[in-house]
Amino acid sequence: MIGLGLFKGLTVTLKNLFSPVFTVQYPDKRAGLFALSRYLNKPISKLITENPKEFIMGLVGMAKIPVKNDQFPRFRGNEFVWYDDRCTACASCAKYCPLGIIEIVTHPSGENMQAGENYAIDKFDIDTGRCMFCGLCVEACPYDALHMGTDFERGNYQRVNLVLDKDTLTSQNKNPSSWFRPQFEEKDYDPWDKDLSNPKEAGRHEKPSYQDIKNKWVTKRKTNG
Amino acid sequence: MYEFIYDILKYVLDLFLTDLKYENYILTLLTGIIIAFAIINAVLGGVLALIWGERRLLGRFQQRTGPNRWGPQGILTSTADAVKVMFKEDIIPEEADKYIFNLAPLLLVVPVFIIFSVIPFGMGLYAVNINVSVLFILAVTSISGLSIICAAWASANRIAIFSALRSVAMLISYEIPVGLSLVGILLITESMSVMDIVNYQSLPFILIQPVAAVVFFLGSLAEINRTPFDLTEAESELAAGYQNDYSGMKWGLFYLGEFAAAIAAASVFSTLFLGGPNGPILPGIFWLTIKVVGVLFVIIWIRATWPRFRIDQVLNLAWKGLFELTLVNIVVTSVTVIIWPEGDSNRILYIALANWIFAFPFLIIIFRLLRTKNYVDYINIKSSYPIGSDKPKFEKVGS
Repeated sequence: MIGLGLFKGLTVTLKNLFSPVFTVQYPDKRAGLFALSRYLNKPISKLITENPKEFIMGLVGMAKIPVKNDQFPRFRGNEFVWYDDRCTACASCAKYCPLGIIEIVTHPSGENMQAGENYAIDKFDIDTGRCMFCGLCVEACPYDALHMGTDFERGNYQRVNLVLDKDTLTSQNKNPSSWFRPQFEEKDYDPWDKDLSNPKEAGRHEKPSYQDIKNKWVTKRKTNG
Repeated sequence: MYEFIYDILKYVLDLFLTDLKYENYILTLLTGIIIAFAIINAVLGGVLALIWGERRLLGRFQQRTGPNRWGPQGILTSTADAVKVMFKEDIIPEEADKYIFNLAPLLLVVPVFIIFSVIPFGMGLYAVNINVSVLFILAVTSISGLSIICAAWASANRIAIFSALRSVAMLISYEIPVGLSLVGILLITESMSVMDIVNYQSLPFILIQPVAAVVFFLGSLAEINRTPFDLTEAESELAAGYQNDYSGMKWGLFYLGEFAAAIAAASVFSTLFLGGPNGPILPGIFWLTIKVVGVLFVIIWIRATWPRFRIDQVLNLAWKGLFELTLVNIVVTSVTVIIWPEGDSNRILYIALANWIFAFPFLIIIFRLLRTKNYVDYINIKSSYPIGSDKPKFEKVGS
């Protein structure tokens, strides 16, 4: 019968009305009292005395609960993670960068003379304002010192603030992405879960110690004669 | 309601001023102002709630949350919108006819508020009791077409004029089925007063006059420019339609008028067909509110589901479908009213039975008449050419 389709459509939308919502609220979501007590791990009776302001907001359904969404470990955010201790200042990243936005200034440090002398890094700037996040620098890094980052809340009012210099790179939280770093994915690494500030965890191979290098190059050669 | 407030005012006034010259006139004026103030504010509050409820419900119909940031469950969203609209810049186009341009929003809003003056909110809770109030409602609602054509013509915008012409064509066509669908009710109650119709409805008229109820509902959807008849605001074709050049509070008045019209249509439908304030236990005003909210829910539900008609389909439905249905309804009702004499206690049941029996076959016949050519047949006719392409103009001869 003609006109029956209209009612079929109405039943479809009525089913949608009573089905769960797909919206993901970000950066926080509105919550009532029960959700608030579940989030703060406190019974509602305790909330009245300990968090009276949040209790009142929860009573009218306006309490805020911060939301952190699930993120794939291989997601590339708009920042970089750099390990000072792993970097040899070889400037491979700067050479591979198609836009030329990585600036490295070094001087001979006078350390480690036996292995061919280390470089001390004066300046390590990445201008993320012009970066296209192709990841060639990360691919090029031979010592796994540079990683793609996972943070994406880095909006700024001035372009100058988008330049990642050495201080910010060393001081910021280190949540590297597992993009081009398969060793993270093998360990089921979650960027939100863990702060990888220890440089030894970040690489495929560890940077050899001074003693190792000495053994490898000096002692071996001496014994070989 | 009028006498009650009048008496209170008179008592209060007599305490202070004993010898007032034109006391009657002053009291009448004051009473009228108080009642109008109360009704208009109730409707404005209802409009704010309706805008919020519609956005929220539409969200749930589409499996998203809808506005939930301002106030509990986002209930202050529409209030914030209203405040924002008040502070926006008011632009009048250079080529616009200023006087009519400013008049048009008022012409849309004021009649909608006037409708509420004849609607009984409870038993004995009404502003005025006119003995031809059904006719009054039909007359007042038809002013909205004038407002729309005024707005479009004054703003000197061709898109607005297209929208207004469509809208007015639709409004004029749908006024006829809406008016005729009420004839059945008038035949049964033998009165044009809304109060009499409400008092008559121990059994709601939607059960006695099913066809009239359907036609009236669809017609009122068209009168308030709602989906599936919202041709005036077909965003993909006409941008905002006749309100293209309006901004600030004038645009806000149009918006207000549309939503107030939705409430008005819902309350007229629930007073005429759902029994109005009639109902057990609870006082009348609660029953009317429940019924109005229910009708508004159905209107929003339809908006979330059905697509928009084309202009020719809209006019076809009005003139080839609903118009005939109302005529059939009038014939069936008048015959049954004459056959069963007054005073019979089961009279209303017989009339309802006759209407239900005649309703379904005629509905089917009318929808058969409205059926357009099947798409599959079209493919078979033009099977040698792809759909949508005409026969090629230059065919090679002899090859």
